[in-house]
Amino acid sequence: MSVANMKSVEMDQIVIRLAGDSGDGMQLVGDQFTITSAMMGDEVATLPDYPSEIRAPAGTIFGVSGFQICFASEDVYTAGDEYDVLVAMNPAALKVNLPSVKAGGTIIVNEDAFIDKNLEKAGYAENPLTSTELQKFKVMKIGMSKVAQKALEGGTMSPKAIDRCKNFVALGLMYSMFKRDKKFTNQWVQKKFKAKPELIDANTRALEAGWILGESGEVNDTHYSVTKRKVPKTAGNYRNVTGNTAAALGLIAAAQRSGLKLFLGSYPITPATDILHELCKHPDFATVFQAEDEIAGIGSAIGAAFAGALAATTTSGPGMSLKAEFLNLAMIVELPLVIVNVQRGGPSTGLPTKTEQSDLAQAMWGRHGESPIAILASSTPQDCFDTVVEAARLAIKYMTPVIVLSDGYLGNGAGVWKIPKLEELPEMTAKFRTDPTNFLPYERDPKTLARPWVAVGTPGLEHRIGGLEKEDRTGTVSANPLNHEKMTHLRAEKIARIADDIPPMTVEGNPSADILILGWGGTKGVIKQAVRNLTKQGVPVACAHLRNLNPLPRDLKPLLKKYKKVLIPENNMGQLWFMLRGEFLMDFERYSKVQGQPFRADEIEAKVRTLLEIKTGANS
Amino acid sequence: MSNPTPETPKASGLTRKDFLSKTDPRWCAGCGCFSAFNSLTSVFPNTGIPREKFAIISGIGCSSRLPYYADCYGFHTIHGRAPTIAAGVKLANPELSVWVVTGDGDALSIGGNHFLHLMRRNADIKLSLFNNQIYGLTKGQTSPTTKPGTKTKTTPFGNFENSVRPLALALAAGATFAARVPDTDGELLREAYTAAASHKGVAFIEILINCVIFNDGTYLPLTDKATKADTTLRLKQGEPMLFGADRNKGIRLGRDLKPEVVKIGENGVTVNDILVHDIHRKDSSLAYLLSLMDYPDSPVPLGIFRQVSEPVHEFRSAYPKKRNLNDLLCEGNAWNLGATGEISPVS
Repeated sequence: MSVANMKSVEMDQIVIRLAGDSGDGMQLVGDQFTITSAMMGDEVATLPDYPSEIRAPAGTIFGVSGFQICFASEDVYTAGDEYDVLVAMNPAALKVNLPSVKAGGTIIVNEDAFIDKNLEKAGYAENPLTSTELQKFKVMKIGMSKVAQKALEGGTMSPKAIDRCKNFVALGLMYSMFKRDKKFTNQWVQKKFKAKPELIDANTRALEAGWILGESGEVNDTHYSVTKRKVPKTAGNYRNVTGNTAAALGLIAAAQRSGLKLFLGSYPITPATDILHELCKHPDFATVFQAEDEIAGIGSAIGAAFAGALAATTTSGPGMSLKAEFLNLAMIVELPLVIVNVQRGGPSTGLPTKTEQSDLAQAMWGRHGESPIAILASSTPQDCFDTVVEAARLAIKYMTPVIVLSDGYLGNGAGVWKIPKLEELPEMTAKFRTDPTNFLPYERDPKTLARPWVAVGTPGLEHRIGGLEKEDRTGTVSANPLNHEKMTHLRAEKIARIADDIPPMTVEGNPSADILILGWGGTKGVIKQAVRNLTKQGVPVACAHLRNLNPLPRDLKPLLKKYKKVLIPENNMGQLWFMLRGEFLMDFERYSKVQGQPFRADEIEAKVRTLLEIKTGANS
Repeated sequence: MSNPTPETPKASGLTRKDFLSKTDPRWCAGCGCFSAFNSLTSVFPNTGIPREKFAIISGIGCSSRLPYYADCYGFHTIHGRAPTIAAGVKLANPELSVWVVTGDGDALSIGGNHFLHLMRRNADIKLSLFNNQIYGLTKGQTSPTTKPGTKTKTTPFGNFENSVRPLALALAAGATFAARVPDTDGELLREAYTAAASHKGVAFIEILINCVIFNDGTYLPLTDKATKADTTLRLKQGEPMLFGADRNKGIRLGRDLKPEVVKIGENGVTVNDILVHDIHRKDSSLAYLLSLMDYPDSPVPLGIFRQVSEPVHEFRSAYPKKRNLNDLLCEGNAWNLGATGEISPVS
């Protein structure tokens, strides 16, 4: 078949899942496909799925590494529930991912890896490529290793090195299938391997070989693409960004906006470490301290805040547990601090590389004593930037620690991000007290109740702070019963007043529906996708999303009262649900998923249908 | 990167009184903490450092109440964690003079990890450990430095654990300045604090504090006028390690690499056989051996053990040229979408 005979199919969105061994380079190929699609003007959302082992034994089920891409003509909210295309580099990758391939979907396999040893490791009694197992799919069997060998034969590279180029054969084939422009990847290869010309040559040739194979018509007869978007995007600079990178850049941007020095005290922990990595790359913007443990991470940050820096610490669940005592100190000494918790599956060591939203209760109540701390949650990878900036703004303005709840799904997930300009960021000014006249360390701003921020080193304002209860206004150590009660109330009231400084709730979907889906944090994308799908199917449904979890928006309760049913999906046992029942004396529908995986849109759709007593239709 | 040249100290025009806050110290009458506090506040005005540049950071315990009593910046933090706060203060503003005040339980039990890392990083932070060999504020439990056999509330039949030697630990972790002083020797306290203040790098000062309530007299053999000449060894830079009421005893390095007590004139021993103290010796092995010497087997060395110059933590990173925020945000494959929909890479 020649190119002229290739069919062309346009779709609204296409979901591709790339899967292979940790060492197969699937994340890299995924990144390239993503950036190329984004630069071609498509909308993209991605989700990497790493095993927790660094290099798990080759060919095993638990060593399968995945990368999922959804590209579309309209805004995409998730990387998709099921795959239109699965690229499986070995039998284990096929076995793990087959259940989520759409009926009639395409499966591209590296036939060279379907040998007895690998089939056995994956638990296949019979080769699925020759049995009837894949009957209902369109299967492309490609000897990717052989294609790479042929393309690179006669060169100087070792057979092992050549075999490593098979991921670019797969990428080339996909570029042909999905009409992607190869130039962005070729440019990247030139830049990346500047010092190793033989790798530039090898990768370029492997990509080309895959592409030629795709165009030949031998293995594929159809070009797929997504329709061009109808509403043009706003002009400006864009990039693909993961949630963790966005959080790191958000800290830098907040420091630049507020004119403060940025300090990060942190300790490596999955899945938050990429924030630390990113900030380490930018010592011209951030002083980064890799602390000896989680406690020292936050301790150093509190010290930096005392000395007048915009201070932050980044961690995940187990680290939050260790930081609890210091969080209390930051709270009682009333110093600004941003704490980013990239939540993972708990409790204890739990599921380090998997996602969960189960640290909300800990953020609210996980400290001894009455310890109110502001809590925000980021909702998309891009929103990790904005949420961190907002956390810094509130921390400085109200002189308080602010916890940002991200999660593994957001931290590792990526999307196209419109890069903001410094002047577009919310205004935030750090006002340091420098006037010694009538200075009292705990005299409060009448509106925000914030105490003055005095950087160590300011002449005439020498004072002492500490974890002991202090007298109102003077800050002197005090065990007076009524003073303690007053200070407890003042600290609570200060956080409560943040509610005057946050945007009202917004509702999407059909606002006059009977049912509202209320989400927080990383479920935003999937909820919006579910609402979009249900709306298309004629089911009236609305959704709203919470960024501010403490304090809650003032208009939340009246909003919830408008709906007959409120569904709260959470990747925990119902922590927001519990909180709102206590706060509002209202009842809500709880929907819990704790599998270390985010919700799928179709799961939420099914739940809504059940609640509305709609019988399952053919298209659900 | 080399350490910045220290500026010549200028007289700040301040006196000890300027460093006393309105809060009077509330240690027990006769507590050794008074003496340490008095020495610290007498040294501060003589360093030439302005008062606002001082930050005293403490943990939890009797010693850690000290920041409330000094009129400079102070932070009474949480148990064991003062070094972490101090690290952040110093990194955020390297111009500050940062002092950690801690105790044996605070620094060596709950805060052991932070203590180790503060020493090995060589941040320009001074740590003063008030070692009274007991938990005082919680009323008398055994601490990591309590001597074996000591009866405390948690060891009513005598302490059965081995104790930590703070100086040995600090030196093993890489302390570039290390000293030991008893609370009874005000002159040596001031000397050690003065030397620590001008040292560029981490400074560890162990102060032997007498707890009059829960561990009274634990250091008596070392501080009693009648015995101290024979039970202690005053280390002096460049001088032979001689001690004793008649200064006729000294320390010689034995064949088994153990410092041994010898008598001048006995068995042909002359003063030339006696070790000469050198605080600037790069290698810390001898200082470490000295830190293991203990009464009653040998005299307890007092004074400055080590003072060497090494790169300081907060000045070790090399910073690249500063970029602007937009350049930073656009790094890593950014593209520009033009008003008419054309896409071009952002260079």
